[in-house]
Order: sequence, then C-alpha cells, then structure tokens
Amino acid sequence: MRLLKAGTRARCAVCDTEVMVVRTVPAEVLLTCGDVEMIAMDGARTPGSHAGVAAAQLALVGKRYVNATDAVELLCTKGGKGELAVDGESLVVKQTKALPSSD
Amino acid sequence: MNLVMALEMAAECHPQRIAVSSGGLHLTYSDLLTAARAGAEVIRDANVKYLGVLDVNSLVVPIALFAAAYAGVPYVPMNYRLSKIELEALLGRIAPALLISDDPVLAPLELPAGIKVMLRGEFQRIALSFTPEAMSAPAEPHDTAIQLFTSGTTGKPKAAVLRHQNLMSYVLGTVEFASATEDDAILISVPPYHIAGISAVLSSTYAGRRMVQLPNFDAANWLRLCRDEKITNAFVVPTMLSRIVDHLEQERGSAGTPALRAIAYGGGKMPLAVIEQAMRHFPGVDFTNAYGLTETSSTICLLGPDDHRSGFDSHDPLVRRRLASVGKPVPTIELQVCGERGEVLGPGQSGEIFVRGEQVAGEYLEQGSLLDPDGWFPTRDHGQVDEFGYVYLEGRADDVIVRGGENISPGEIEDILLEHPAVSDVAVVAVPDRQWGEAVGAVIVFKENAGATDTELQEWVKQRLRSSRVPTAIRYVDQLPYNEMGKLLRRVLKQQFADRMS
Repeated sequence: MRLLKAGTRARCAVCDTEVMVVRTVPAEVLLTCGDVEMIAMDGARTPGSHAGVAAAQLALVGKRYVNATDAVELLCTKGGKGELAVDGESLVVKQTKALPSSD
Repeated sequence: MNLVMALEMAAECHPQRIAVSSGGLHLTYSDLLTAARAGAEVIRDANVKYLGVLDVNSLVVPIALFAAAYAGVPYVPMNYRLSKIELEALLGRIAPALLISDDPVLAPLELPAGIKVMLRGEFQRIALSFTPEAMSAPAEPHDTAIQLFTSGTTGKPKAAVLRHQNLMSYVLGTVEFASATEDDAILISVPPYHIAGISAVLSSTYAGRRMVQLPNFDAANWLRLCRDEKITNAFVVPTMLSRIVDHLEQERGSAGTPALRAIAYGGGKMPLAVIEQAMRHFPGVDFTNAYGLTETSSTICLLGPDDHRSGFDSHDPLVRRRLASVGKPVPTIELQVCGERGEVLGPGQSGEIFVRGEQVAGEYLEQGSLLDPDGWFPTRDHGQVDEFGYVYLEGRADDVIVRGGENISPGEIEDILLEHPAVSDVAVVAVPDRQWGEAVGAVIVFKENAGATDTELQEWVKQRLRSSRVPTAIRYVDQLPYNEMGKLLRRVLKQQFADRMS
C-alpha cells in the first residue's frame, strides 16, 4: 500500500501480519512486510512464507513499529512472520514507558 | 480505526481467557467477540441511529458497547438514577434508537416516539445464541463511537461526542497490549454511563484483564468480591473509597484482600484524610490518582504509586503536598495553564487548565468542537502546575468566586475550613453581594457533638488566608448535596443562598 492515513489497516499478502497505521507522512510511502508490498484488508493473498526472516524481525501483535524519524508509526494488530518496512527502511519496535493502570 | 480492534486483538491473542464475570456468569474473549458481532446484527436489523443502554452493569454492557461499534451506531449509556422526566427528555434526543433496559427503571417511562425497547435478558439471549459470519467494523476513525450525556450539575445535560480515534488513541497511549496475566482481574464498580466505566472496558480488553462487575456499589460487597474473585486491580471514585475505609474502621479488621495490588481513583476531589487512611488499610497496594474528563476520553494526568508512597512517608511539606496533586500529564497529552487573556502562565500561577492530544474530543453535539485553532481544549478546571511539573486542581472555573474583580477559588477556603477541628464537611460558593458583585458563602457540616460560631470560623480563615477569603455568609446543614457519583451539587447550594437573600 502506498497512500496511507491514520486508522488505515493493511495486511501482508503472504504471511499473517496485519497492521493499523497510527501516524504517517502526507506523501506516498511503500509499506512492506518481508519485502512484499502490503495490501488492503480485502485484497487477494497468496499465502506462503517469507525467506530468511530472523526471530528478531517478526511482527509481534500489540507492538508499535516506528521508523527512525518517528514520522511513521504502525500498530501490529495480528502477528506474522515478516519484517515491517517503509520505503525500504526497516521499522523497529517503539519503546514505551509503562504507566500504572488508571482504569 | 474502531473500538472493536481492541476486542479482535484480544480474542485472537487469548481467545479462551475470561473477559468478563458478572453474577456467576463468565464470557471468554472469544465469546465476547462472537456476542458483539451477533448483537451488531440485532442493532442493524432495528435500523436506528443510536444504541441506548439504560441499565446497571451486566454482561450486556461490554457486549452492547462493542456491538454498537460493529453496527456503526453511537453507543449511549444512560444514567438510570435520573428522574422519569429527565430520562424521557434524553431519550427524545436519541430517537430513533434501540434501547436496552429493564425494570425497575424502565417501567414508569413513557417512551418517546422512535424508541424501540429490548429487555436486557432478551438482548443477552440473542447475542449469545448464534455465531454470525465474521464481519469487519466500519473503519472511519472520525465516526462517533460513544455519546455521553454529562451529569448536568451546572445545567441541562450536554451530549459529549467521543469518536473512535479519540478513545483508541487513549487506549493505545496508556495501555500496553496483553500486559495483564491470566490471574489479573479488575473490579468495575463505576456505572456504565460514567466515562470511567467505558474506559475500564476498553483498557481491560486491550490489556487482556478479566473484568468483574459489581452492579450496585456498597463497601461490604466490594470487599467480599475482592476476596472471592481474587481481584488484583480496582477503580473507585472518592466516595466509594471513603465508604470502604469507613467500613474497615467500623469492622476494626484488616482488609483481607491479599490478591489486591492496585487501586486507581478519580472522578472527583479525594480528601487527603481518606487517601491517607486508605493507604494505611491497604499497605501493599499501589495507589494511582487518575484525573480526566468525559471530554478527554478519560485520564489525562496520573499520580503514580511512587509519588503516593513518598508523599505519605515524607515530612517535607513540598513532597507531602503531592498527595493532593493529580500528578503529571500522560505522555500523549500536552497541558498548560492559561490566564484570563489566554496568556500561558508559569509554575505556581493559577489559571484555567488547557489540554491537547488525540484523545481530547472536546466536542458536544449541540455546540460542536470547543477546541481552539491550535487544538487546545479548555477543561474549565482551575489549577496550577508546580516547578516539578505536578498539577494541582483548584475547582471548576464556573465555581470561581469573582469578588470585586478578584478571582477566588473555593478550594483553598474549603481546605482551610476542613482543618478546623469542629468541621467535617464544607462547601464554599459564590453568593450575591451588592458591594462586591459576589462574595464568599460557606456551607458547613459539623462533626458529631462539635460546633463553632460564625465569628470563630471567620477568624479561622482570616488568620490563614487574606481577608477577602473570609466567608461573609455561613449556613449550617446536616449534610451537603452530592450526586450518586460523589459530585457536589454546588448549583443547589448557590440557589439556596440566592433564594434566602432575595
């Protein structure tokens, strides 16, 4: 997917990964999972597996992924076996400070 | 973006974990997801604009909340303690609507045109009776998720609008997904029509924490459920904590809740004496003060467990004072204090609190958005931030007394009067004054077998604050008027003063 906006959901065309866009830039970006372009939730998939994905690169459910400038942020809504990237830049897990439960 | 995302993720991650327990019945996250989807079909078939819920907490509440989100109609939980006339007026404002309710609150109502009723038991039966095909929820983040009528303590209830993006950004910003364990359980004793009742469902679902419902709060049952259900977390309003503490003092026993790890509180001003007593009765428990508003999708500031402990243990007045603070803004919220001309004030200066962030809705159905062009929302709460960043509230802006051009916040006078040995409760309100426009009025409740004269109380204030703070009119009553959530009804007190003087 290229035209993203906050709230948009996307899935991997190959593995189980699903994401929601939390924040993005006002320009076209190439969103990929395991180097394969991600597709709309109702898009056609060709299930399979990505080659050569290390454990540290898996998309983990509930984690938030950001690029180096923090301008693009995704929430992984379903875990899968691919590495998330935007315009070829690998995304990393966002480190958040744990807050005490307030409700 | 849609609220159901939290539920879909939880059901995917731990489908067999119990999501909600109520009166001996349990639903797993998988059950809750299926029931929400089935409930959505019921709502769609009704072809309505709103889903109203006029009921106490039950399994139906989380089902209905998520079902409405699937069906793409706003969820409107309503206050069952309102009068027949008030409720009929509110129902008229959401027609055409499907209303889930039951007796005794339903029986006396003459329903406005366009309100279709489904009894709680019927909705629950249908929602749990079949497995609909997988459905996807509407994805428009700007859609209204929840419409909440404000409590109307200062006038006609306003319809606050909370959109999916507001509520989800609150949840994503403050809760770590699946951070709870299988043994975690939160006791929900706030009613479903309170913003804390809504955020409890969303946050608990996202954290994967079991929700245990207590439909009608009383201290003995709260403690019993804590023990029986091995509750680890709880949220209470100050009145509830005060009753729990009173109950424990009368019983002269220990709380006996070894599983309980954390109590969060909010929804009103917590008396210092109550939180100190509570910390003595629950020594191992983490206390968190959560300050938030309906219009901000719940919590915007937190005073965490460490600040509670250091405030409780310290002899340094600056540290000790923090127990009376609402803490610091959560990371996703910006907060500033502004003066009357909109200028940003520095540490220690009192003014109106403004907040900004994606969770801030700041919008009413009738008035539209109250956000300024830069996205700042006026909370109508008065307060200040100290040099360490801790936020102190001083009362509602609408309650400020304007005496001859000088702004006086009731809170500081109330705090001083509460320190008087004869006083058990007090409210300070504006009273009409020919010379000053407004003057300070005080309504006092004495402790048992205690008393003081007007002059003694006036002298007490004069010695500790400026003379402009001295109450000129004082009334004595057996108790102050509070609503069921422990919110002081200042409007009633102001009216009583005005009536007496006219």
